[in-house]
Amino acid sequence: MNMMSEATLEKAVDQKMNAVPHKMIGKDVSVYYGEKRALFDVNLNIRENTVTALIGPSGCGKSTFLRTLNRMNDTIDHCKVTGKITLDGGDIYDPAIDVVELRARVGMVFQKPNPFPKSIYENVTYGPKIHGLARTKAELDAVVEQSLQKAGLWNEVKDRLHESGTGLSGGQQQRLCIARAVAVSPEVILMDEPCSALDPIATAKVEELIHELRANYTIVIVTHSMQQAARVSQRTAMFHLGNLVEENDTDKMFTNPDDQRTQDYIMGRFG
Amino acid sequence: MTDMTSSLAGASQRPASTRRDIGIKRRYAAERRFRAYGIGAISIGIFFLGLLLWTVVSKGYTAFLQTEIVLPITFSEQVIDPKNERATNPAKLMTANYPLLVRDALVQKLGLDPANRAEVKLATDMVSASARTQLRDVVVANPAIIGQTVSVALLAEGNIDSANKGQIDVTVDEANRKVKDKQLGWMQTLAQDGAMTKSFNTGLFTSGASSRPEAAGIGVAALGSLYMMLIVLALALPIGVSASIYLEEFAPKNKLTDLIEVNINNLAAVPSIVYGLLGLSIFINFAGMPRSAALVGGLVLTLMTLPTIIIATRAALKAVPPSIRAAALGLGASKMQTIFHHVLPLAMPGILTGTIIGLAHALGETAPLLLIGMVAFVVDFPGSPLEPSTALPVQIYMWANEAERAFVERTSGAIIVLLIFLVVMNLGAILLRRRFERRW
Amino acid sequence: MSASLLFLLVLLVGASAFVMGRSRAMATAGGKLSSLHSLPGYHGSYAAIWALLPSLVVLAVWLVAAPPMIDRSVLFHLPTEVLNQGNAPAQLALGQVKSVARGLALLSDAERSALDSGSINLRDAMGAKGIPLAGAGEPWMIESATTFNRMTANSHLAMAGVVLLLAIGGTLLALRGISQRFRARNRVEQVILGGLILASSIAILTTVGIIGSMLSEALRFFASVSPMEFFFGTVWDPRFAAAGQAGQAGQFGLLPLLAGTLYIAFVAMLFAVPIGLFAAIYMAEYANSTVRSIAKPLLEILAGIPTIVYGFFALVTVGPFLRDISGQLNGLVTGNYASFIQAQSVLTAGLVMGIMLIPFVSSLSDDIITQVPGSLRDGSLGLGATRSETIKRVVLPAALPGIVGALLLTASRAVGETMIVVLAAGVAARMQINPFEPMTTVTVKIVNQLTGDLEFTSPQTLVAFALGITLFAITLCLNIYALYIVRKYREQYE
Repeated sequence: MNMMSEATLEKAVDQKMNAVPHKMIGKDVSVYYGEKRALFDVNLNIRENTVTALIGPSGCGKSTFLRTLNRMNDTIDHCKVTGKITLDGGDIYDPAIDVVELRARVGMVFQKPNPFPKSIYENVTYGPKIHGLARTKAELDAVVEQSLQKAGLWNEVKDRLHESGTGLSGGQQQRLCIARAVAVSPEVILMDEPCSALDPIATAKVEELIHELRANYTIVIVTHSMQQAARVSQRTAMFHLGNLVEENDTDKMFTNPDDQRTQDYIMGRFG
Repeated sequence: MTDMTSSLAGASQRPASTRRDIGIKRRYAAERRFRAYGIGAISIGIFFLGLLLWTVVSKGYTAFLQTEIVLPITFSEQVIDPKNERATNPAKLMTANYPLLVRDALVQKLGLDPANRAEVKLATDMVSASARTQLRDVVVANPAIIGQTVSVALLAEGNIDSANKGQIDVTVDEANRKVKDKQLGWMQTLAQDGAMTKSFNTGLFTSGASSRPEAAGIGVAALGSLYMMLIVLALALPIGVSASIYLEEFAPKNKLTDLIEVNINNLAAVPSIVYGLLGLSIFINFAGMPRSAALVGGLVLTLMTLPTIIIATRAALKAVPPSIRAAALGLGASKMQTIFHHVLPLAMPGILTGTIIGLAHALGETAPLLLIGMVAFVVDFPGSPLEPSTALPVQIYMWANEAERAFVERTSGAIIVLLIFLVVMNLGAILLRRRFERRW
Repeated sequence: MSASLLFLLVLLVGASAFVMGRSRAMATAGGKLSSLHSLPGYHGSYAAIWALLPSLVVLAVWLVAAPPMIDRSVLFHLPTEVLNQGNAPAQLALGQVKSVARGLALLSDAERSALDSGSINLRDAMGAKGIPLAGAGEPWMIESATTFNRMTANSHLAMAGVVLLLAIGGTLLALRGISQRFRARNRVEQVILGGLILASSIAILTTVGIIGSMLSEALRFFASVSPMEFFFGTVWDPRFAAAGQAGQAGQFGLLPLLAGTLYIAFVAMLFAVPIGLFAAIYMAEYANSTVRSIAKPLLEILAGIPTIVYGFFALVTVGPFLRDISGQLNGLVTGNYASFIQAQSVLTAGLVMGIMLIPFVSSLSDDIITQVPGSLRDGSLGLGATRSETIKRVVLPAALPGIVGALLLTASRAVGETMIVVLAAGVAARMQINPFEPMTTVTVKIVNQLTGDLEFTSPQTLVAFALGITLFAITLCLNIYALYIVRKYREQYE
């Protein structure tokens, strides 16, 4: 409860900073998997340097929406996206926009920790190497240290950087994946239920990390846990059956939602 | 809901110039190259498939036609049975001078001078030497024909057949050519008369080995292959399924079953020729079975096919979900009943698919059969799997070693037949899989 | 009584045992089937097993064991002057005796007495019955043949008696045991389980048979040629010795054959690995389901084509093509239109074998690559890597062990391939490095040494088994190592 009130306090401060710019804007976003429609005309804006949580019952389309933000849906056959999504005002589905460049700016952390079967060092340097962001050994070393620092993992692994990333514990693996994403210096980080495979202690560490990352990154997180959404986010969007039900400040959402369905979901009536 | 216009106004803006250079152009070029390698590799594979099939078909489709020379043969009693003794000595009809009938007919047809021996020889060479047996069979079947004149379609000699199909280069100097100018002239005469025709080559499917290409066929070899396939099916399927059931459902998981598992996987990859050595040493030298017999070939191919069937069957059994077993056991069925009543029927499509593929492999296998003496010149249909026989792929191997153009054509024709068998078997396997495929 | 009639009779006994067992079980149940431990059908099967199993085993053993025993005893009673001539003539005489025995059975009484009185010649008498006799035939042969026929008849009679007795006895024994609480099903299932175990032991027996038979024949070879000379000899010149021309031992050096085998396999792999691997990558990572559903079966057709067809393809298309094109090339460069590639060459055989191996490499690698978890691909793509970067830096390194295993399995196939090299590589056993010249392989020489009419005791034929065991050992090592790697790899991602 203590933590909750602290977060509430911060959000009050945030709201005073008027007109936080919108980093990403989704307008009339619909997604089809073949014949099946998974999202219905979603309009949702992502504010800069803010944690936006997407909540809703299973199969409501929150993960689908998240994956449209860096076009991970492209990898699925027969998946079609309509509507418009912009990043800094530029349409990310514009044929002129390059998906690789987009993903370098909008990074992603997945539900299950998925470190590459390589060393910790190689996991972190993978992104910078392919994008040509760091070339010399010294530059790479620096990137590794900074990224692992940011991910709060540096002290735990600095002596075994060249051991395999798959040998870490689940929570450490997930923070390694965050460090790997951070190493590319993205502007937005998308997190798809990043704690669902972790135990409570590891979850707490990752949540703390999300909190710290907010200073430099715009974060969108899909979560199953309403407590988590309340703890880490400033804005919350509620999805139901492929529709965006409500989007609001997190504390408003959890205390006095506008929509009856949100109320029901938060009260645990369905989902 | 968010108001779109106001939020657009509030969108963050970052000038493109501050974007990082992440080498997009270069990386996409690499991407395209990589993709092109993949497409190239697949295209090369498919190109070679096409080239191989085209080679076989273009060289072999003519084998299904055979040139025949229709001659009015006078079954003269003077030639066949001058002393009129056939009533007392039926063997007389077997040994009569039938080629003389052909010669007389040709001399008359082409208007040759019977005294010009070289020319007459050249003309009679155009008819296959198999005409002797062909006419003999006609006369023996119907002795009343003696004294009559009947049109008989005789096989043309191999080179004449090739020339008639346009496979012999007539611009080559005559001395180096198998078909002489005179013969070409006669061929034209005969063709204009309608006496030289091409008809469907039934002999290809009904004859056995022959040193004369025009009389050689794959019928005998195909029967040998059929015997072997029946033996393989009768032995490998029950043994393979039994072994798989034991290994998959009953065998304890220990070092020994591990060894069997490795052993079976290894047997599936042992060179086929090793099975030939095994057959030669055990079945022929040790057990004293006859060489060249389809029985030995069938046993060798059975041993070779077993691992394939076992691997496929085990995969099919593994794919049946444990819930089915639990349901049957829960009703009080014994383990054996569970397997034979529920698991095995569900696994059957997979087992049959694996068996057909294994059989198709065995049908095309050549190397082990060479070692157990199936490289044999077999003229007559084997009456049982114990008699000397040969196999379709072995027949192809033997013909491939013959130099004559007409044999190249026959080889390709035999390959076409073999490939059609294989395609039918594999299609059957695919259809079976499609029809009964079940997703759990 | 012939064996097949006896077999039918035993089956008849078995069938009636089944019927009797079933009805007896129903009778004991007194119409209440639930009072039986096992269904009546199991009782029937139990009785049938007792009727059939022992009798058929005895029948089989008798059929296999009796003829050699009769042969031995007839052979023993041949006139001493025949026996003194040595083993081969004695065997020949025995063969004649058996022919006579077959003929005697066909003779009528009148013909038989004519033969005994000597009024007709033995050979003519046999000839009239369609049995050709190699020699003139001698009087003692008739006597031996009569003995042979008598012994065979006795043996058959005894066999029929014993087998039928066993079948009927087994049935009665089984019927006596049937009662309400009798666990017939368990007994029947035990027998079935025994059958299953027997079937799976065949897999082991095959390997034992391969190793045992080849080793024993190879040891006979090594009795006349030293292993040192075989394994380290550099000259292959077995000199086909005609029968009886002993002392004409040739040289049996394995190295030239091994060199050819490995060289051709290497050229084939050089060709098949890049093509197969790239095809697999494209199929697994790029192709949409339509392309995949067309291209994959097309490539798999290549794997289903018999190797003899590839051999023919090499012989009539690839070989002549390479020879002619090399002549043209040579002509363009030097003006001399002599071919520098021979129609039968390492290149021809390697190229065609490579085509054959493409589908092996591609389908094995495809399986391996698709086993790499999708989360790794997502992780890399999510960081902004292109597809090819993801493949090169994440997927392939993760799949590497499995791919190495797949390539080793392919190499094993290349080493053991026979028909392509028989038709395309040539027969000259030479050690050289020019890929445009013919070389020969272990498999080609196995085929060469064992086709044709040869004595099975000369080193010229026995060497094939020494070659065979060498080939088996090489492929065994490759296979086992490859299977081990692939298995480890699978477990990692399960």
